[in-house]
Amino acid sequence: MQPPAEPVVAQFQAASDQTLLVSFGDRIARETHDRVRSLLASLQDEPIAATRNLHPAYCSLLIKFDPLRTTHEAIERAVRDRIVRQGATTPPAGRRVEIPLCYGGEFGPDLIPLAELRHLSVEDLIRTHSQTAYTVYFLGFVPGFAYLGAVPDTIAAPRLSSPRRRVEAGSVGIAGRQTGIYPCAVPGGWRLIGRTPLSLFQVERAPMSLLGPGDEVRFRPIGEDEFARIRQGGV
Amino acid sequence: MIRVELPGLMSTVQDLGREGFGPLGVSASGAADPIALRIGNRLLGNTEGAAALELTLVGGTFRFETDTWVSLTGSDFDATLDGEPLTTWTAHPVGAGQVLQMRSTRTGARSYLCVSGGIEVPLVLGSASTHVLSALGGLNGRPLRKGDALRTGPCRPPAARRLNPDMAERLAPRRRLRVTDGLQSDWFIKASQRALFEVSFRVTEASDRMGLRLEGSPIESTSQADLITTGVALGAIQVPPGGQPVIVFVEQQTTGGYPVIANVIAADLASVGQLRPRDAVEFELVSQRTARELILEQESWLGSDHLLLQ
Repeated sequence: MQPPAEPVVAQFQAASDQTLLVSFGDRIARETHDRVRSLLASLQDEPIAATRNLHPAYCSLLIKFDPLRTTHEAIERAVRDRIVRQGATTPPAGRRVEIPLCYGGEFGPDLIPLAELRHLSVEDLIRTHSQTAYTVYFLGFVPGFAYLGAVPDTIAAPRLSSPRRRVEAGSVGIAGRQTGIYPCAVPGGWRLIGRTPLSLFQVERAPMSLLGPGDEVRFRPIGEDEFARIRQGGV
Repeated sequence: MIRVELPGLMSTVQDLGREGFGPLGVSASGAADPIALRIGNRLLGNTEGAAALELTLVGGTFRFETDTWVSLTGSDFDATLDGEPLTTWTAHPVGAGQVLQMRSTRTGARSYLCVSGGIEVPLVLGSASTHVLSALGGLNGRPLRKGDALRTGPCRPPAARRLNPDMAERLAPRRRLRVTDGLQSDWFIKASQRALFEVSFRVTEASDRMGLRLEGSPIESTSQADLITTGVALGAIQVPPGGQPVIVFVEQQTTGGYPVIANVIAADLASVGQLRPRDAVEFELVSQRTARELILEQESWLGSDHLLLQ
């Protein structure tokens, strides 16, 4: 029998004079990410005094604090206590979400070049992308941008060497083994394979973000007619 | 009520920002020069973080429809009220029907127009700040346009009349920004680190509230490894593959994947908000301890009774 793997020790590093980065290793893996999510949930439920913001990512959590009221050392002590107190809690479970996605055409200008790059037919690429279940790791970059993983190796590809000045809202892209959906029009370097008619982030909606950490996401291929229908329905 | 006759180049409603929504990917936004906003509000007896107009490089023209008090802080935009020059860092009475005209900046990038009672817009996630990129907050999530009407809060007599001239020197924006080590400082060879601290960089036109893009001799990274996406701190100096640094600013991305060579200290962030395209900027490395002493010292003089005069 294999001995249980040693849990990764939390590492602490000052990112600036008002932020502390807590890291659990340096790879994208469910186990380390679960620790990020557990710590995030704990700090949201019961904030450490004088903290101002939290920026979760794959295997790290950046904590912003008020430098007039606390220090890196005090935050580190409080986080260490919290991790010990927490033990091996599992983070809250996510939901299952299906995202309709219109692949290719003007919605996915990088679909054909990506298929060529990976020596696949467009159909195979769409099948592989849409038959994989992805996990939402965290929301970051801009409001409601969900970082999803992991894209199968066969369709993974690096970012574009020169980012686009404008990527339309709803665009779905691939970057390495990540896939993600742009919630608003921003510059971006991910390879665009399609677009969803769903609105990813609305402040007047509850919850504001369509996707949350821990959700399981599948993409359902749709045509342009259905795209237009869903968009009209204001879903 | 204030009527926007000319909107200026990039004028937005800002307060001290919306902290706490990083887990949704929402960055704080808020005034690019929060010190100027805080003093402008204090002159009028507003709460420090009351919403005001942030004007960028070229101000606008504003017609007041009610009697009130205003202050102009930050950079000098050559303002006049019905043609009469208005001094900065001073509370001024404004009568209904009067027109405040702002022109091009004579000094730094941003001016703050604070009004007695503050600018009233619906709060989004607890803040009036405009986040232009994601069209969130402020006046319909966007910069001002000609014809916009801005509601203002109830007017009160001002708390003070002007800034103590002895304090003016402390308020001058720094062109030599103090920084602490970045998360990936060790990704850069010693020569590259020296390149950051021994030469000056120029702010490019492609700079905005999201980030200031600099140009100078390229900074070489020793590591070609891909960085895993990580939370980004305000003031982080990222070095993308081309080697031209970017200072991450108030409308920042909450996470990112470029290595960070250094990070602007909290006490110097307001100075970043006053940098204009083509300005030269230099960096100076300080310890975390010094950075902490500097922000405590700054907050101490900002809170002092001698800051404002009756």
